[in-house]
Amino acid sequence: MLTKRIIPCLDIKNGRTVKGVNFIDLRDAGDPVELAKQYAEIGADELVFLDIAATLENRGTTLDMVVRVAEQVNIPFTVGGGISSIEHVDALLKNGADKVSINSSAVKRPELVNELADKFGSQCVVVAIDAKQVDSSWKVHLAGGTIPTEIDLFEWAKEVEERGAGEILFTSMDHDGTKAGFANKALAKLSEELNIPIIASGGAGNVQHFIDTFKEGKADAALAASVFHFGEIPIPDLKKELKKQNIEVRI
Amino acid sequence: MKLVIIDYGAGNTKSIQFAFSRLGYDAILSNDPKEIESADKVIFPGVGEASSAMTMLKESGLDKLIPKLKQPVLGICLGMQLMCLHTEENNTEGLGIFQTNVKRFSNEVKVPQMGWNVIKDLKSDLFKGIKEREYMYLVHSYYAEHCNETIAKTDYGINYASALQHGNFYGTQFHPEKSGNEGAKILKNFLEL
Repeated sequence: MLTKRIIPCLDIKNGRTVKGVNFIDLRDAGDPVELAKQYAEIGADELVFLDIAATLENRGTTLDMVVRVAEQVNIPFTVGGGISSIEHVDALLKNGADKVSINSSAVKRPELVNELADKFGSQCVVVAIDAKQVDSSWKVHLAGGTIPTEIDLFEWAKEVEERGAGEILFTSMDHDGTKAGFANKALAKLSEELNIPIIASGGAGNVQHFIDTFKEGKADAALAASVFHFGEIPIPDLKKELKKQNIEVRI
Repeated sequence: MKLVIIDYGAGNTKSIQFAFSRLGYDAILSNDPKEIESADKVIFPGVGEASSAMTMLKESGLDKLIPKLKQPVLGICLGMQLMCLHTEENNTEGLGIFQTNVKRFSNEVKVPQMGWNVIKDLKSDLFKGIKEREYMYLVHSYYAEHCNETIAKTDYGINYASALQHGNFYGTQFHPEKSGNEGAKILKNFLEL
């Protein structure tokens, strides 16, 4: 059976990890490559690198990091942040990234999803969607959740699937940082309405939250940052618990 | 050992090159028939869409060369699918090395299959030291149907061939170069064939 995936997310700025990391003995906790290797060893299924300060000027630094990760890490990884052109995606994939994640650029120009899927294949196109519940509906937000739009989460997700996205990375801005659990109702609805994998993001605080997002939220993968980086939830322990709950994981 | 990765414009050649370099081997990227023919081992990668990959192969004449190779050849992902008779992806004729066809997963499962799944009923030296039901990383929307060349099976809605072998030709639907330490073992086994 296809397993549920556990995905640590590393925030990157100028080729270095941003948030402090103290989960394990690392020579250099700011080095994304060191960290990525450790995560691969302890059983992470995939990694996401999010360039949180992406600019044209530091693109070379990020590409350099991507090539070093690809050299040393033997599990798949996705790169996101500030990606808006075919040329940029081409460079990332050629440097060894397995997938790219696009967000605001897809909202600004939805044809980008088609262009990337046609040129590189759906399997490497992840569309990240940040959304927040406004009244009773979920609205897409841009620029790290700071700019609201009138776009409905479910309609947008359906549209990008039709345009060729291979996967959706859905972050609930209402849950992100709260450590109170994932947005399982919205996740389950996405999973029912779409036929591509859904990654749950935002709200991981304890092991039960992961169990819930796989069972109730029907997520295909769960992404988290601080609970992994600070060793609050060791990935091997998490996977053992998930397995006990009859959730298929790779151990 | 001379190890050549066929470079025809499709695929994550870098990841495969790095995977071999982690094993201590330098793999050469090439589309030069002489380089490919003189290699001890050949890797046929592929990521992307079948018909455009096939067009690129034809443009470089590699579609004629690959089936004639005598040394061990390993097709990975789309590379393996293109070595089959035919794929439903844009109704594309393959190289006809593996006597089977490639179909699209039904919509009863999420497509693409993306992530780690088990390989079982392993029968080839390619899997020496790999345990039954080991996890491998897969990303694909199309699958090869079983035939008597199946050397590994995987379930995803349907039970399909996740690896094939015909004489000196091997193919894996999964990505050994991205499948952690166990995937690396399979690459090492290929080098030792």
